Amino acid sequence: MSNDLPILSIENLRRDFKMGSETVHALRGVSFDIFPGQFVTIMGTSGSGKSTMLNILGCMDKPTSGHYILDGEHTERLSRDALARIRGKKIGFVFQNYNLLNRTTAVENVELPLLYNSRVSSAERRRRALEALDMVGLSDRVNHLPNQMSGGQQQRVAIARALVNDPVIILADEATGNLDTRTSYEIMMIFQELHRQGKTIAFVTHEPDIATFSERTITLRDGLVKKDETHEMQDAKAAFDALPPPEEFE
Amino acid sequence: MNPLTLAKIALRALMRNRMRTFLSVLGIVIGVAAVITMVAMGEGSRQSIKEQMTSMGTNAIIVMPNWNRRGGVQAESSEMLEEKDVIAIRENATYINGVSPMITVNGQAIVGNNNSPTTLSGISADYLKIRNYEIEDGVMFDDAADRMAKVCVIGQTVVKNLFAGENPIGKTIRYKSIPLKVIGTLKSKGSGDFGQDNDDVIFTPYQTVMRRFSATTNIRQIYANSIGEGYAQKATEEIMGILKERRNWTKPTDPFRVFTQEEMITMVTSTSDMLALVLTVIAGISLFVGGIGIMNIMYVSVTERTKEIGLRMAIGARGRDILMQFLFESVTISLMGGVIGILLGVAASQIVKTVMGWPMIVSFTSVIISFAVCFATGVFFGWYPARKASRLDPIEALRYE
Repeated sequence: MSNDLPILSIENLRRDFKMGSETVHALRGVSFDIFPGQFVTIMGTSGSGKSTMLNILGCMDKPTSGHYILDGEHTERLSRDALARIRGKKIGFVFQNYNLLNRTTAVENVELPLLYNSRVSSAERRRRALEALDMVGLSDRVNHLPNQMSGGQQQRVAIARALVNDPVIILADEATGNLDTRTSYEIMMIFQELHRQGKTIAFVTHEPDIATFSERTITLRDGLVKKDETHEMQDAKAAFDALPPPEEFE
Repeated sequence: MNPLTLAKIALRALMRNRMRTFLSVLGIVIGVAAVITMVAMGEGSRQSIKEQMTSMGTNAIIVMPNWNRRGGVQAESSEMLEEKDVIAIRENATYINGVSPMITVNGQAIVGNNNSPTTLSGISADYLKIRNYEIEDGVMFDDAADRMAKVCVIGQTVVKNLFAGENPIGKTIRYKSIPLKVIGTLKSKGSGDFGQDNDDVIFTPYQTVMRRFSATTNIRQIYANSIGEGYAQKATEEIMGILKERRNWTKPTDPFRVFTQEEMITMVTSTSDMLALVLTVIAGISLFVGGIGIMNIMYVSVTERTKEIGLRMAIGARGRDILMQFLFESVTISLMGGVIGILLGVAASQIVKTVMGWPMIVSFTSVIISFAVCFATGVFFGWYPARKASRLDPIEALRYE
């Protein structure tokens, strides 16, 4: 592991939900650090607490107890507005169902996070959005609408949107969940490329084969870390090339 | 987020639901147009009363029989005015400049094939200065010399109706088969008041009417004018004193009713003000209903776009950014409605003015106020839906299908 300070550090994190008279313990004391440049997968079946984990990591939810330090900032006691600011400046989200605004062009979708940052001029916004789209290989789809693009292309727009504010961490929530294997591998190629460029990535999934494309897998079960191991990163490009060619249709 | 960006987002969202936006805007349009038109009507009538004030005369006082009312039914008057009252006032009153009886006869004035349904008014020469009439051509009849003469002085409307461009002086008008020689015409006073044309008049000596037309000694009204502003009260008391003295009046109630010009204006103004207020309030209610329409549509919009709100929050939008986004939308709707409504209201006022001939005045103030009220409506009715949006939980909102 790196000797750097962790970019993200959680300590004995607990999250309880009140469901009527019962209390559900979604997280029961989770601790781990993520270091700059790491590509981490958070694995777990449904009910393992990984969604709750992701919501807290994404500053959309607050832990019941424990600490969460992101980029040197304690987030537990921050106000709604302060959390929104952190989401806008330090976090890039990629969702399973892309969550692009429909009837809005690719470049405008990518610009969106910068709209909430008053220090970025509209020219600067456009420049950075085009740059991000170029990074995900969509320079030729700049003015396409979501419904004119394939699922893979839409997810790449979403990745560009997550990159545009230059976040300290990219959080992906089942980002390949809606895609076929070939497209999933293409998306993983992009994440690996971002990893090579030094981006920190936390990728939440329940698919073990997707986890092999990262360098570290944290497995959650019943609200606890069951396994946290560093492993060799499988090359997504090689895996993609090894796939049987797509069936040809007349 | 800067206002320009917000406006762009709002416009885009509204353009996506054109029909819905159109209908919400329409609600405001109707409300604002109604308010503008009603206020124009009120303002117009106020203005016309002002004109009526000058057309009525200067410091005019009108004496009328005091009709007894029992259970809302007009009963016979207990006391009637007569010529001797006029003479007594003329000789004894000190706060009076001029006095004239007024007896009217309704009928048709006929010249050749032309006719005019003009009321014949029996007056004395003082009436002209009391009511601010002036002679345009010819002469006014003289009270003494033309006591019962078959002569008349006519207004410009009558000239137009009966003589079609010819010089009427010296010609004869037949009124109820009695020939009246035209000896003078009046300068136009225009129509200031409600539908009553000040130029549609035929004046003849009151004795002529009393003896030749209605065979009565009773006088319907006495017109007088006080010697100046501020003397209305004294003149009124003086006239009443003279009338009572002639009758040895001892009852506590007055035998006649005396109106001063000021009183009548206040009376008419307060009635028309009340009417204008009621109409404006009704129009205001329709604007309010339009506002409720906006609120309704904004709630629908917030619910529909829950996921979008969730996404915006996830990528850094604060509650207040979302609040502003939806407020901009509702204010855009209301201001669009306001602008169109103002244009429509101004157009409607013009149409009412030209087609129905009502006095309509669209004041700049009413336009500015309408615009401000629209803005306030947008903020007021957009506030709760927008606040609801701004308070959504991003996790829940993103999960919303």
